[in-house]
Amino acid sequence: MSEKPIIELRDVAKSFGTVKALNGINANIREGEFFSLLGPSGCGKTTLLRMIAGFEDPSGGEIVIDGKSMRGIPANRRPTNMVFQSYAIFPHLSVAENVAYGLKRKKLPKTEVTDEVNKALSMVDLSGYGGRAAHELSGGQRQRVALARALVMRPKVVLLDEPLSALDKKLREQMQVELRQLQQSIGITFILVTHDQEEALIMSDRIAVMFEGDIAQIDSPEGLYRHPVSKRVASFIGVMNFLDARTTGQSDAGVSLDIPALGKVTVPASHVPDGLDANSVESVGVRPEMLTILFDERETAEAVAKGVVTSTSYYGDMTYYSVALNETKAPVTLSMRNTAGRSVLPAGSEVRVGWGAESIVLFE
Amino acid sequence: MRPGRAKKLWNWLAVYAFLYMVFLYAPVILLPLFAFNESTIIAFPLSGFTTEWFTVLVNNDALARSVENSLFVAVTTAVVSTLLGACAARAAARYRFPGQKGVIGFIMLPLVLPEIIVAVALLVVLMQLGFSLSLWTVIAGHILICMPYSIAILSSAFQGLDRNLEEASFDLGETNWGTFKRVIFPLVLPGVISSLLITFTISLDEFIIAFFLTGTDATLPVYIWSQLRFPSKLPSIMALGTILLVLSIILLILAEWFRQRSAKRQGVEAAAGGFI
Ligand SMILES: Nc1ncnc2c1ncn2[C@@H]1O[C@H](COP(=O)(O)OP(=O)(O)OP(=O)(O)O)[C@@H](O)[C@H]1O
Ligand SMILES: [Mg+2]
Repeated sequence: MSEKPIIELRDVAKSFGTVKALNGINANIREGEFFSLLGPSGCGKTTLLRMIAGFEDPSGGEIVIDGKSMRGIPANRRPTNMVFQSYAIFPHLSVAENVAYGLKRKKLPKTEVTDEVNKALSMVDLSGYGGRAAHELSGGQRQRVALARALVMRPKVVLLDEPLSALDKKLREQMQVELRQLQQSIGITFILVTHDQEEALIMSDRIAVMFEGDIAQIDSPEGLYRHPVSKRVASFIGVMNFLDARTTGQSDAGVSLDIPALGKVTVPASHVPDGLDANSVESVGVRPEMLTILFDERETAEAVAKGVVTSTSYYGDMTYYSVALNETKAPVTLSMRNTAGRSVLPAGSEVRVGWGAESIVLFE
Repeated sequence: MRPGRAKKLWNWLAVYAFLYMVFLYAPVILLPLFAFNESTIIAFPLSGFTTEWFTVLVNNDALARSVENSLFVAVTTAVVSTLLGACAARAAARYRFPGQKGVIGFIMLPLVLPEIIVAVALLVVLMQLGFSLSLWTVIAGHILICMPYSIAILSSAFQGLDRNLEEASFDLGETNWGTFKRVIFPLVLPGVISSLLITFTISLDEFIIAFFLTGTDATLPVYIWSQLRFPSKLPSIMALGTILLVLSIILLILAEWFRQRSAKRQGVEAAAGGFI
């Protein structure tokens, strides 16, 4: 993966009549990366993807692919290929004919077309399926054919609009891993549209989180999870506890806070977002797995708060506890891995909860 | 309801169904029966087997001309109404425009309008405009009544067409024309053939409009009607009717077969939207 942008989005905006779908998107997508557009329904993900593909024209701004402006260039002359949500497999053609569809215009010799098709089919694990009719395929197989049909064109960028949403949970999880591995082995840039945050975290090198026609944050999965820029991003990605807080001081060492639920703390400067106005901090976030129940009397942590279990949810490998800390009303959620010889605590149990300054996320 | 009563009801229903079939198809069966009957009088008892009436047909110039006229009218009608029907069906399936429902409704109206009204109205208008009657005026009338059928058949073909298929083709480097040739046309082709066959059949045996709007050139049904005045010609008319009957049945079966194949290709329930 290089730092060189394969796609540059400059102030890309789109309106449908009076509906503003996108308000001026700026982003660089790097060559060879797996980039996801993540956001709730109606935030404009599909619209952005379709504009990159060339199915819609931006009402403002510019899309640059591989250094060339795409203004006025229709979809059939762009170095992008799309995997549709419905897969759009041509029903009157066989699997091999579907994959070969785009090669026809390249005027390759017949043997070469056959070679390319076979290569693409083996890439998606469908060797030997070339002669099948479209309606003889399962959902997962159709998805692979759609992918092979795009890959055989050797595009600079593959665009995928919720390609896994039609599959059942098990198959979806399997395809997430496969798709990611395939992308890494061939090194082509993938742009994936999804509203499933877990899917985006598992598959992507970087994720753009979108809300209502704007990009709220672009970061790696870990960056997004650990350092969300806003409460909205934080609650969209995973589970986040929001706690009231008050700034008591600021120095080179960091920001000192009084968090009623947890106690007093100084968040180290390295964990304070650049340009944050410390005095405007009204709440902080902490992930469930960053809080630990200290089951053993002798166990200690960087800091400890006292609390009472109000309810529990058992997930097999994990147990989620709701705990009211330091006699505050709103309980926090914390997760503990279940281990042998440790049973789930009943509601009403008094517990000690360990936590640390570095797990605290500051929000303006 | 007691089982005995239910059984009685079923019996009555069976009788009803039987009588219905007799009234519907008995006259049709009479046609070939008398076509092969030796006597010139159309009455029972049958006298003997002959194929004479069919040979009479072959040597009849006026009949040959009317067959020619009818084929010309039917083929032209089928091609034009299918072409126009395809445009309308495509527009209805793909685009939304103001007054769309009204426009489509108007095009479908001849389906429920009595043909005699269409025929008389057209005649009056054409005369007022100073057109002379010819096969072309018949064709115009036939297109009018065939359009609803071709739109209905082609609508289901175009509606079943997934928009993404066109985009996928375009995305894979194909042009608009190439997309039409390689994706749209093959997928709606069975519908097109089915529409051609049905409109051809409708036009071929249409009488009222042809009778009102034709000039000196008679179409086949008009010719047949004119011959009914001569009792001696009746048996050969029966023979002609037999041939037409067989042809019509073959055409309609073909049309339905193509329509179902089209539906199957697109994964749609074949039972929906059929005429037969
Ligand atoms: N062709 C269109 N005409 C009018 N409005 C449109 C059109 N396409 C999209 N929109 C509007 O633009 C906004 C963004 O739509 P878009 O399809 O990009 O959302 P999305 O993020 O892909 O949502 P989802 O997850 O539901 O697919 C929505 O408010 C939608 O109603
Ligand atoms: Mg979408």
